[in-house]
Amino acid sequence: MEMTGAQILLESLQREGVEVIFGYPGAALIDIYDELPKSPIRHILVRHEQAAVHAADAYARASGKVGVVLVTSGPGATNTVTGIASAFMDSVPLVVLTGQVPTAVIGNDAFQEVDIVGITRPCTKHNYLVKDIERLTTVLKEAFYLASTGRPGPVLVDLPKDVTNGRTEFKYPRKVTLRSYRPNTEAHVGQVRKAVALLLKATRPVIYAGGGVIHSGAHKEVRLLAEKLSIPVTTTLMGLGGFPGDHPLWLGMLGMHGTYQANMSVAGCDLLVAIGARFDDRVTGKIDEFCPEAQIIHIDIDPTTIKKNVSVDVPIVADCKNALIKVLAQLDEAGKAPAEAAASRTAWLEQIEAWRSTHPLHYEQAEDGPIKPQYVIEEIYRLTKGKAIITTEVGQNQMWAAQYYHFTQPRTLITSGGLGAMGFGLPAALGAQVAHPKKMVIDVAGDGSIQMNIQELATAVENNLPVKIAILNNQFLGMVRQWQQLFYDKRYSCTSMVGAPDFVKLAEAYGAVGLRAEKPSEVPEVLKKALAIDRPVVMDFLVDREECVYPMVPAGASLTQMMLA
Amino acid sequence: MNMSENQIEQRTISVLVDNEPGVLSRVTGLFSGRGFNIENLSVGETLDPTISRITLVTSGSPPIIEQIIKQLRKLVNVIKVVDLTHTEFVEREMLLIKVKAEAAARAEVLRIADIFRCKVVDVSPRSFIIEVTGVEGKIEAVLDLLSHIGIEEIVRTGKVAMARSKKSQS
Repeated sequence: MEMTGAQILLESLQREGVEVIFGYPGAALIDIYDELPKSPIRHILVRHEQAAVHAADAYARASGKVGVVLVTSGPGATNTVTGIASAFMDSVPLVVLTGQVPTAVIGNDAFQEVDIVGITRPCTKHNYLVKDIERLTTVLKEAFYLASTGRPGPVLVDLPKDVTNGRTEFKYPRKVTLRSYRPNTEAHVGQVRKAVALLLKATRPVIYAGGGVIHSGAHKEVRLLAEKLSIPVTTTLMGLGGFPGDHPLWLGMLGMHGTYQANMSVAGCDLLVAIGARFDDRVTGKIDEFCPEAQIIHIDIDPTTIKKNVSVDVPIVADCKNALIKVLAQLDEAGKAPAEAAASRTAWLEQIEAWRSTHPLHYEQAEDGPIKPQYVIEEIYRLTKGKAIITTEVGQNQMWAAQYYHFTQPRTLITSGGLGAMGFGLPAALGAQVAHPKKMVIDVAGDGSIQMNIQELATAVENNLPVKIAILNNQFLGMVRQWQQLFYDKRYSCTSMVGAPDFVKLAEAYGAVGLRAEKPSEVPEVLKKALAIDRPVVMDFLVDREECVYPMVPAGASLTQMMLA
Repeated sequence: MNMSENQIEQRTISVLVDNEPGVLSRVTGLFSGRGFNIENLSVGETLDPTISRITLVTSGSPPIIEQIIKQLRKLVNVIKVVDLTHTEFVEREMLLIKVKAEAAARAEVLRIADIFRCKVVDVSPRSFIIEVTGVEGKIEAVLDLLSHIGIEEIVRTGKVAMARSKKSQS
């Protein structure tokens, strides 16, 4: 049947199982928006295109599906760049559809024209400019395939206006044929055998799991491996929820703001099992002193992450889940060896317990003192029984959420890890709420970050997305202020944020509910009230202005050089 | 955790890519974005018009080269990457030189051109344009000799390289 490009696009999205689009219309997209009401696909109208991408990102992470964004040409497209870069760093499957001026005027500096394919080349997994309507379905099929397979990532498709309002026969390809893209998901049996030998031999092993465990759904296998061989587990920020935060083998997060026991364990281990992690500088600290005595097994779907920052003894290029299933199968055939290996680790686990008890995560909440931000997170954890989806902004709020909300399930922490994009949390909360309408979704925010995408309160109210926003309000750009306090003699250059609006009134102005807590005793009340309201709620917690996130490994120092208070 | 191999080496890498707009930009963007350096580059269509070959020369320690090759393979439009450096291969570049040639120097220029089997492709009363084809060493030698006479302008291509056929079955 002959259809317009706009109809073909929407039909193709349906074939790919798309249920929701986050978008913002414009002249170059008007044909698509004209068709949209006839399609069963839901459209969430954001208030800024950056928010559309963050929302789609969180939707993808919360649901495991591909997130879809639809924005117009020029400024619509450039506004998506931060969101795309964040999704790229965190390996989130997205398809970003941008409008473009007609092919005849591309390159002529037309109104609202920008070379978005050129701009996003380094921060997308791949991108396309569709110049011919006959290529449209093939490109869309490839875009969804590329976004969701291998190491997932954002794919951008630029759609000139004459393609979306042109006409052709609709033929959707059944499969993708890309001669140059064949991600390897199957673990090599010989490499698995080598890994198993090291796993059985090591006396001080540690599992270091990253976001790849969440993406590949390998959390059960990680747990089975840890339990079978008595291996303690730490994760990156992106890996939180990939191992239960209340498990006896749980070390907490590692890295710059990792727990004492996690960083000491990694520094002292004789075998590091890296699963779906990429040895980022915030994780390793000084790279030359990162696990100096350890042999390293590195499982990752992306060959470029292997040996990028550290040399590896047993590389396994594969899907994490596939690799771990094969490791577990070989362990099952290893007779008594796994049990013996597990038993041999008593001394190591005792050492870790000693570390854990000397320097646990720590803060003191005085009854009549200012509210400690950590206390707010612990209360959120207690009152939601650890079952909420937490999104965060970036900075201190993010680190306290990571440390004090003891994530037990995958896909429950949604944060901008690699890029660290402030303004992520609120739109992300909206995306997560769309994916899980019945779940409690809470954005842990700072007073700085929340103002970067505060306009999305309107999106929340309009779409009845009852997200809860907990602002840890210290009237500072807290993390930068912390660095200024610790490393720049308290010269608080441009980090004081005293000119913030009244967040309670602001919430009300948007038609949301605003609540405030100024004393510790008010924290549980405000939270209970907010959790009981089935509407968007902004909670303004006036917290201790100069509280710092500890432990802290100064930039460039080794992981064992932690500042503890 | 030291990368033990720190020796910087020059490598000649052959990259087969989809012959599409923007593909060269993806390849060069990868180098600039990740702090790698392209020292020499040439691009041309292959027998299959949907595929182009990029021949590039880069330098780095073995782990860096490994990373460059892996990153190239990760690009969706890259079909095949071969590091020719440690294989048997033939490489050539071409140079056009406009050299001052008046009076006595005219004979000297022609003599040098003859010794290096260069071609004289343009003659004017005061200069010659000479075409040199060969490996980098030969081109440098011609440049050096002619520089004493007076070079007015040069235009140099990137390297092209091709693996040799296997000599025997064994």
